[in-house]
Amino acid sequence: MDTQQQYGDDARPVLEAPDIARVLTRIAHEIVERAKGADDVVLLGIPTRGVFLARRLAEKLESITGTKIPVGSLDITMYRDDLRMKPARAIGRTEIPGDGIDGRLVVLVDDVLFSGRTIRAALDALGDIGRPRAVQLAVLVDRGHRELPIRADYVGKNLPTSLRETVKVQLAEEDGRDTVLLGARPSA
Amino acid sequence: MMRHLISAADLTRDDAVQILDTAEEMARVADRPIKKLPTLRGRTICNLFFEDSTRTRISFEAAEKRLSADVINFAAKGSSVSKGESLKDTAQTLEAMGVDAVVIRHGASGAPFRLATSGWIDAPVINAGDGTHQHPTQALLDAFTMRRRLVGRDAGLGQDLAGKRITLVGDVLHSRVARSNVDLLHTLGAEVTLVAPPTLVPVGVETWPCEVSYDLDRVLPKSDAVMMLRVQRERMNAAFFPTEREYSRRYGLDGERMAKMPEHAIVMHPGPMVRGMEITAEVADSDRCTAVEQVANGVSVRMAVLYLLLGGNDSDSAVTHTRTEENK
Repeated sequence: MDTQQQYGDDARPVLEAPDIARVLTRIAHEIVERAKGADDVVLLGIPTRGVFLARRLAEKLESITGTKIPVGSLDITMYRDDLRMKPARAIGRTEIPGDGIDGRLVVLVDDVLFSGRTIRAALDALGDIGRPRAVQLAVLVDRGHRELPIRADYVGKNLPTSLRETVKVQLAEEDGRDTVLLGARPSA
Repeated sequence: MMRHLISAADLTRDDAVQILDTAEEMARVADRPIKKLPTLRGRTICNLFFEDSTRTRISFEAAEKRLSADVINFAAKGSSVSKGESLKDTAQTLEAMGVDAVVIRHGASGAPFRLATSGWIDAPVINAGDGTHQHPTQALLDAFTMRRRLVGRDAGLGQDLAGKRITLVGDVLHSRVARSNVDLLHTLGAEVTLVAPPTLVPVGVETWPCEVSYDLDRVLPKSDAVMMLRVQRERMNAAFFPTEREYSRRYGLDGERMAKMPEHAIVMHPGPMVRGMEITAEVADSDRCTAVEQVANGVSVRMAVLYLLLGGNDSDSAVTHTRTEENK
């Protein structure tokens, strides 16, 4: 997708690669602190970019704790509440680590927290897969405008936005570079 | 993605690969403690079976229920059809009851197409086999099985069957499975060879995108997959071969013949198998025979088709791939 075309000429970066690395390091430390060592943590990224963030977090957790943290992905397409409002969507990958999630602390990882509907769907999907001890949420950006009573436990950056703006996260694994762009929503 | 699934020939390569990739994800649901997704909650699907079926009907029903759809099963036997009701009246009855999709199997070739294009009913129509014409979901599950076995479960994602050599053996004349497979395998880039007695090769086969051979032993060493077809006695109205024994001797697959196939090659059968006729028990029960696997894959593939046809709104636009915060 052409970023320039989608976000207009005024899309400005609010986080650059070093900032993203720093906030992920901080979040990793916060997870270790709250989970008292991260022994039973399982990271599940929400496709597409949540998965890459989860993998990066897992690496950072491993370097802090010295233990390997299970990491997987959780696609929520089939659990969306707006399926009938748009054409069918391609399904992403769901990969649950071998030991499952029963009795573990699942940390959901996503790039942007917005309405909260994605996370609602993710909680439904988790319920069909197992019964975690607890579920927490880590996001790179919280842009506000929640439509459900959902909040993040770990936030990279709180970004107050207007509904006329768009937030676009780009990650090296998918987009060739790390950045978070804030731009005006192009008029349809 | 199209609105109906009537024929395997209607699928583009990208459509087909997308269905196979989606089916891979659906297959993972079978490994979960709760084998159900809420995707089609509140949708009503009618399985309209005018012809006997075990595998296909149960497979569609399992797929529909795994996607949380409400399922209405209709079998022509014991229904108003036996009193003389026409397909049109049955369709209009279903329309009045508000079904969201119809899965139809019919003995007459073309019945699903008629249903989809007649205006009798305004719901997506999925062909579950019509006469000797088409059986698209069977071809899709066969392709899915081949891709998994010959390319790999993960390595196959996004891939087609380019360069794979597939041989279909037996009663091609009466086989909708063969027609659908020839269409789909050609679309996916495979090289298809039909092997059959001359009496069971359809007129006009030279226009099909495949080779024809009458010598099974010569084709076997050059095959990545060999699909045995059942001799369809119920559709036969003449003597197509002298005796069953002669048919088995020339076109049946036994252990000796299987040994001529390459090490990696698989034996497929759409079912129901007639052991001792087109396939011996030894071959049917061997590790190389994927008949049971094909049944399991059938549920995943049908879930994928149902999701792609019914999972979104009714717009004809392509399946969206973008996953940004804007459309979450």
